[in-house]
Amino acid sequence: MVKYLGKRIFYIVLTLFIVSTITFFLMKFMPGTPLTNQAKLTPGQIHQIYKQYGLDKPVWQQYLVYLAGVVHGNFGISFQFSNQAVSYLIGSRMGPSLIIGGQGMVLGVLVGLVVGSLGAVKANTWIDTTATIVSILFVSIPSFVLAVLLQYYLGLKLRWFPIADWGGFMYTVLPTLALAASPLAETARFMRTEMVDVLSSDYIELAKAKGLGKVGIIYHHALRNSLIPIITIIGPLTVNIMTGSMVVENIFSVPGIGEQFVKSVLTNDYPTIMGLTIVYCAMLCVVLLITDILYGLIDPRIRLSGNNN
Amino acid sequence: MADNAKPISAGDFKPVSAADRGKLDSEKISAPSLTFLQDSWRRLRKNRAAMICLVILIILFILAFGSGFFETHNPNATNPNLANLPPKIPGIDINGFNGTIEQSGTRVNAYVQAHAGNAYYILGTDYLGRDLFSRILYGTRISLEIALIASFFDLAFGVVYGIVSGWMGGRVDTIMQRIIEIMLSIPNLVVMVLLILVLKPGMSAIIYSIAITSWINMARLVRAQTLELKNQEFILAARALGESSWKISFKHLLPNLSSVIIINLMFTIPTAIFFEAFLSYIGIGISAPQASLGTLINDGQKNFQFLPYQMWYPAIVLSVLMIAFNILGDGLRDSFDPKGRE
Amino acid sequence: MENENNVLEVRNLKINFNTYAGTVKAIRDVSFDLRKGETLAIVGESGSGKTVTTRSIMGLNSPNAVIDSGTIMFKNQDLLKKNRKEMDAIRGNDIAEIFQDPMTSLDPTMKIGKQIAEPLIIHKGMKREKAYAQALEMMKLVGIENAEQRINNYPHQFSGGMRQRIVIAIALVNYPEILIADEPTTALDVTIQAQILDLMKELQAKTNTSIIFITHDLGVVAGMADRVAVMYAGKIVEYGTVDEIFYNPKHPYTWGLLNSMPTMDTTGTELPSIPGTPPDLLDPPKGDAFAARNKYALEIDTKQEPPFFKVSDTHYAATWLLDPRAPKMTPPEQIIERQKHYAKLTHKAIDEHKDKHVEEQEEQL
Repeated sequence: MVKYLGKRIFYIVLTLFIVSTITFFLMKFMPGTPLTNQAKLTPGQIHQIYKQYGLDKPVWQQYLVYLAGVVHGNFGISFQFSNQAVSYLIGSRMGPSLIIGGQGMVLGVLVGLVVGSLGAVKANTWIDTTATIVSILFVSIPSFVLAVLLQYYLGLKLRWFPIADWGGFMYTVLPTLALAASPLAETARFMRTEMVDVLSSDYIELAKAKGLGKVGIIYHHALRNSLIPIITIIGPLTVNIMTGSMVVENIFSVPGIGEQFVKSVLTNDYPTIMGLTIVYCAMLCVVLLITDILYGLIDPRIRLSGNNN
Repeated sequence: MADNAKPISAGDFKPVSAADRGKLDSEKISAPSLTFLQDSWRRLRKNRAAMICLVILIILFILAFGSGFFETHNPNATNPNLANLPPKIPGIDINGFNGTIEQSGTRVNAYVQAHAGNAYYILGTDYLGRDLFSRILYGTRISLEIALIASFFDLAFGVVYGIVSGWMGGRVDTIMQRIIEIMLSIPNLVVMVLLILVLKPGMSAIIYSIAITSWINMARLVRAQTLELKNQEFILAARALGESSWKISFKHLLPNLSSVIIINLMFTIPTAIFFEAFLSYIGIGISAPQASLGTLINDGQKNFQFLPYQMWYPAIVLSVLMIAFNILGDGLRDSFDPKGRE
Repeated sequence: MENENNVLEVRNLKINFNTYAGTVKAIRDVSFDLRKGETLAIVGESGSGKTVTTRSIMGLNSPNAVIDSGTIMFKNQDLLKKNRKEMDAIRGNDIAEIFQDPMTSLDPTMKIGKQIAEPLIIHKGMKREKAYAQALEMMKLVGIENAEQRINNYPHQFSGGMRQRIVIAIALVNYPEILIADEPTTALDVTIQAQILDLMKELQAKTNTSIIFITHDLGVVAGMADRVAVMYAGKIVEYGTVDEIFYNPKHPYTWGLLNSMPTMDTTGTELPSIPGTPPDLLDPPKGDAFAARNKYALEIDTKQEPPFFKVSDTHYAATWLLDPRAPKMTPPEQIIERQKHYAKLTHKAIDEHKDKHVEEQEEQL
């Protein structure tokens, strides 16, 4: 287990190193400097600013400085908001993103599990059809369309929830709903397939032969066996949420990292883009690591072989 | 006792000759024999939703690629005098399609107000007076082009990568898998955005960024399937007979991978369409004045409260496109692997 | 129930399956009895309807199965008329089943102790501790060593043979009246097969359970069964005691089956086989379904289905060859050998009987 963990963490560090390097050199090729957004400056001022950002040094030195910074969690200074450290910017915006992202994930996965298992248990009935339609709709309608519709109808028209501001739980409801759609649909689809598979397996047949009723079979045997593989899709779902949050936060004016990412992209704020790229990758790596460990802990088959390795 | 309706004669107790027995034909199969693809097609044809989606997609393809014939106006021609006109279809007098619009409580004919004369726009115009219908057709074409390009890279790169990785095994496989693992721990969208920033927003940047991200899933699935097939007897037999790896790949491996490839392709396509729309929506995709469903939705969203049709129509087309590909993909999966459904 | 000794009476069972290609007549008029404490083997090729028959007894046929007619009487009640709840109460309690593949028939994520205890908790309403204690007893009974520790293991920690022992423990934990064993040893190594069969016999002696033993392997039947029913194309074609079927078979299909089984005396270079394949049950042939593959087929076989002809009180066969009007046919050589052996057996039995009688008389004198 320790060996496995060590190996995994090594690969995470390697990944982050590669990502930092690639983003750094990509950004070096980019047009635009911190000065793009400023009006006329004297050469002295320009020199001053270059020095502030470390742009007066050769590229390889900038690279080493940058890498050293990344190791310490320092991603440089934002172009857009001068004098603001990127790490501070990201840190201050992490909270809202984690709240709506986390809520969206939990809500989506939980509802998705229910919808998916209902579809499988009542396979080929109207319940199954409804569940399938719901998941197809939610997987197909882009998050930005859904977000605009939610904002307009539930926020503006019905006035159930406040919009275009941030503060308190009520403000998180609509963004959470918009983000939950995709994980809900994906989980429901995956769960249905998994459960149909499990329900047709020999051990379910044996459970029936034992005289276990339908509820007992689902509760004691089918659910547990189909839930375990769900862990493997948490990683891809996290990616979905990250992607969705970029537009959803923008539409609902949530001061999170997704909104910041889009803003930085549109204003060529390279240090912030680089910082956020590394942060996104790091978050994803951690989620993938956690889900892999979790899978090993929950599935008895892997648990044992893990000990042997 | 079996039915004794017919009297039994003594002659009935004669042995049947071997030749006569042959005529009884025990090998006759009553059910028609179907190949794998025929059988899948039969199941798909019975899936009504999937067939409807197939027809919708065919219609959208024809409309989008033959848009020269269907376009009522030049999609990029601006006409500020005729801006923000609601949909008007001649001969139809239903609110929403008759060129009228709600203005401070009363319905007024926007076309008359704008002195549009005999001009009509079946889905209305946008804030620059461009014909929404033509722009949606154009945007749909962009989406479908993206779909085709993503499929091409999926097939050309993902499938080859997967087969090579699975077939070679050993060190090559390990290295190729590491590369995929690293790609997987970077959110696709981040990769795309970085690439687009370097290459300047536009169609080619989007194509490159989709090319670089779309093949990964295909490669993984094909590799897994190849690993499984590699050790099956028919492949071992082909190897034992000394067939070359190339021949085995094309004659034995590819036909057996076809269902995995087709199914995954059907899920790559909506993902690619979504990413294009997404990038255009946030403003780094297809750039003005060209239309994309993403930019159209973004434009329409600003006026959603007053001119909802400007967002509804492109949003509906985009959603229908995604839904159709997803349902068709589901249908194909079920027809190739009928375990889950009747 | 027609007979006191019967625990199960199947009468005129007909089952169809609705498929896209049409209606498959999987079971075409099957009747048989199961007696208290006996082992009835149902033998036949794959697709002959053995498994469908037992699934109907368990009430576990797939949803597209339609029961056309027939009754399955158990404890004076027709199992075919029972609803799902009522069948749940019978399954695993009065009637239990062992499946073919022990590698897949245990829940991979549940400790085996719980899996064995489950039927006790369901049917006897036992508390956890008591059920586990009984499960432990059962594990020892089926020969699992270190049962105290292994009760907390998961299925993947056991070998195939051990898993089948666990499946047997699950089936027998409630001491059911009927145990259905559907090819319980097919997936196992030959040496393990023998162990499992011995275990089943041993447990049957202890519990007096009646066993329906489904197999395509006649070799297994000889040592295991009391009576044998041979199935072909959804029908029983011959049934009798194990000796009658093995040494005095009357149906040409049984001849074929026995001939294709190697014995100690087999000396030929090639093992005879039955030519052709079973008929398509979407469209069963007129007359005897076996006629097309039958070297001994008569004209009448192509026109009319043969009824059962009585060979002895316990032995019946559905073949026109037994009709008095049929010409004398010489069975294959191997079968004649068997019949000679059978004649010796029966004579010996009669002689023994006589001797005993004489002895008794002498004692009286």
